Amino acid sequence: MMNRRAFNTLLGGTAAAVGSGLVTSAEAAVPKVAFVYLGPVGDFGWTYQHEVGRQEVVKHFGDKVSTSFIENVPESADAERVIAALAAKGNQLIFTTSFGYMNPTLKVATQKPKTFFEHCAGYKHADNLGTYNVRFYEGRYIQGVIAGKMSKTGVIGYIGSIPIPEVVMGMNATLLGMRSVNPNAKMKFVFINSWYDPGKEGDACKALLDQGCDIITQHTDSPAALQVCEQRGLKAFGEATDMIKFASKTQLTSPVNNWGPYYVKRVQALLDGTWKTDDIWGGLDADMLVMAPYRNMPDDVMALAKSTEADIKAGKILPFNGGMKDQSGAQKGTAGKSLDDGQLASMNWLVEGIEGKLPS
Amino acid sequence: MLTIIVTGLLFLMFGKPLLQSLDVFLIQPLTNDNGLAELGVKAAPLILIGVGIALASRANIWNIGAEGQYIVGAICGGGLALAMPNTPALVLYPMMLVAGVLGGMAYGGIVALLRVQFNANEILTSLMLNYVAQLLLIYLVSGPWRDPKGFGFPQTAIFSPNAAAPVLVEGTRLHLGVVFALVVAVIGWLVLSHTILGFQLRVQGSAPRAARFAGFSDKKLVWLAMLVSGGLAGLAGLFEVSGPIGQLTTTISPGYGYTAIIVAFLGRLHPLGVVLAGLLLALSYLGGESAQIELALPSAVTGIFQGVLLFFLLACDALILYRIRGADVGRFAGLKARFVSPKVAPL
Repeated sequence: MMNRRAFNTLLGGTAAAVGSGLVTSAEAAVPKVAFVYLGPVGDFGWTYQHEVGRQEVVKHFGDKVSTSFIENVPESADAERVIAALAAKGNQLIFTTSFGYMNPTLKVATQKPKTFFEHCAGYKHADNLGTYNVRFYEGRYIQGVIAGKMSKTGVIGYIGSIPIPEVVMGMNATLLGMRSVNPNAKMKFVFINSWYDPGKEGDACKALLDQGCDIITQHTDSPAALQVCEQRGLKAFGEATDMIKFASKTQLTSPVNNWGPYYVKRVQALLDGTWKTDDIWGGLDADMLVMAPYRNMPDDVMALAKSTEADIKAGKILPFNGGMKDQSGAQKGTAGKSLDDGQLASMNWLVEGIEGKLPS
Repeated sequence: MLTIIVTGLLFLMFGKPLLQSLDVFLIQPLTNDNGLAELGVKAAPLILIGVGIALASRANIWNIGAEGQYIVGAICGGGLALAMPNTPALVLYPMMLVAGVLGGMAYGGIVALLRVQFNANEILTSLMLNYVAQLLLIYLVSGPWRDPKGFGFPQTAIFSPNAAAPVLVEGTRLHLGVVFALVVAVIGWLVLSHTILGFQLRVQGSAPRAARFAGFSDKKLVWLAMLVSGGLAGLAGLFEVSGPIGQLTTTISPGYGYTAIIVAFLGRLHPLGVVLAGLLLALSYLGGESAQIELALPSAVTGIFQGVLLFFLLACDALILYRIRGADVGRFAGLKARFVSPKVAPL
């Protein structure tokens, strides 16, 4: 009769053998997911938030998926090479996280029909190429409401990056939010033609303040403007990340890009074999956009900000509710009805009350 | 060699196995499918621009404006592609090549004019014109040339197939520009070493007074250096937008005009050396990406590799070209090293 120790050894050995067998086969089959980043990962801003999303994928799935990323990929001829290399290395799902990767991603997607691609902020699709983005304008409307209440001059400054519909939409939403509480509110803006350039952002901020703006909001990635406003004792909004640690007396709130839940969902679909191309545009209600805590404002403004956020989530406030006018005074959309997504995604006009012209 | 050792140590510091890391960084990019083609694609603009900069620098004419000349060349050739998309490729593409070269030459010519007429320092004028070119590009692609079907994004329409740089090997991105880069390098070498013009450039660089006594025209050489290096940069820009990119966007250059300066000096200002230097730097980009994918190393590895490479090159130069003597090792050693320009490798 076999004694217990021998039996245990045998059992353990078998288990170990089975276990290790499983591990190797699982390793071979672990799906690979890759991310292409525009900037360095750093610790704030656009790319950082995508990296936070990737880490949520890692945390959620553990060793069921293997992820990797490439940072600092320019939106030039290099992008196609990087994306193609990731596909060639057996990644099954590749997220390309900047608008400028659109045509390179499409080219590689055509060559690699069995690999899935998701491109952030673009408009071109294929059977294996989906797009996703966040309804950033919802957060900007809330910022507008806060700015409308807080601004003494009634004029705020907007540091724009590049005049694309995404940015124009954010400017318009901000002013519409302001005008919902202050019908005479105005906005001035500067485009710096870059998503991240602390020097230019700081200069743009100073120029806007010198022109009589007393609150600064931005569609650029660095905390430079917050720091300038902190020095001058004025208020401002952050961007992409909660930037409170850079300007604790200044930041009113900040839209926080929350890609994690979306990435987890799409990787789950990959594991389940249910991934298919899509065109996702999620906002506050999908948790893809989160507002950093409201700070540095009176209680009534904070309460209004919170109720605005709840109303947007519930669909009671539609930021682009028709009945607005563009700079020339022409009516846009019909009153009581929101502009549709197509109209939003190609927005190239500014609402009345914004001073300055778009390039045309 | 020293660079490889230091980079290897760096990999060890990150806790990665040495040989595997070097394999991933330096070998794998070449052995992957399309690896060699991608290397050529990445190196071609660096070599084209680098040869031009090398020729100009030989005559002590500092063209820091290749980035701008590259952009203007791309704009001129790309504009032609947008204006006449239905012209047959055999007519359209040569016209685009000429337009790209002329655009770059004209933009380089501005610098030459300012230098010759007003004695303005070409380092400053050429550098500042880079920003002007970039802003012009942004203006064009977000304004008049914007793709009408592009939802307002700052990009032109994709060029028609007639305006595409011919691909040499089916299934890769290896385009005509790679051949041009090699041919230009050989021509550059021949001109520099076998013609009177090349002799004039070299004399102008190493002994301007002697050049004047010999009756070489300083103005003519400035014009020539700026037109040639500008034209080559413009050609590189045209190949890049008509080849791998296929349209005009705001980000057509990841700083080729600046990287090519490193390439030129790494290649010892010798047109054939520039080819090797261009390939090496291109490999460091590819290797950096491969190290990110395989080893999860940060992208800064690429920059560190390039920096270490240039550092050792310059440091070895100083030690090879200058003798350290007891009396000299004081305040003046550094000064001397700075003011006596090191001899470049003989042709």
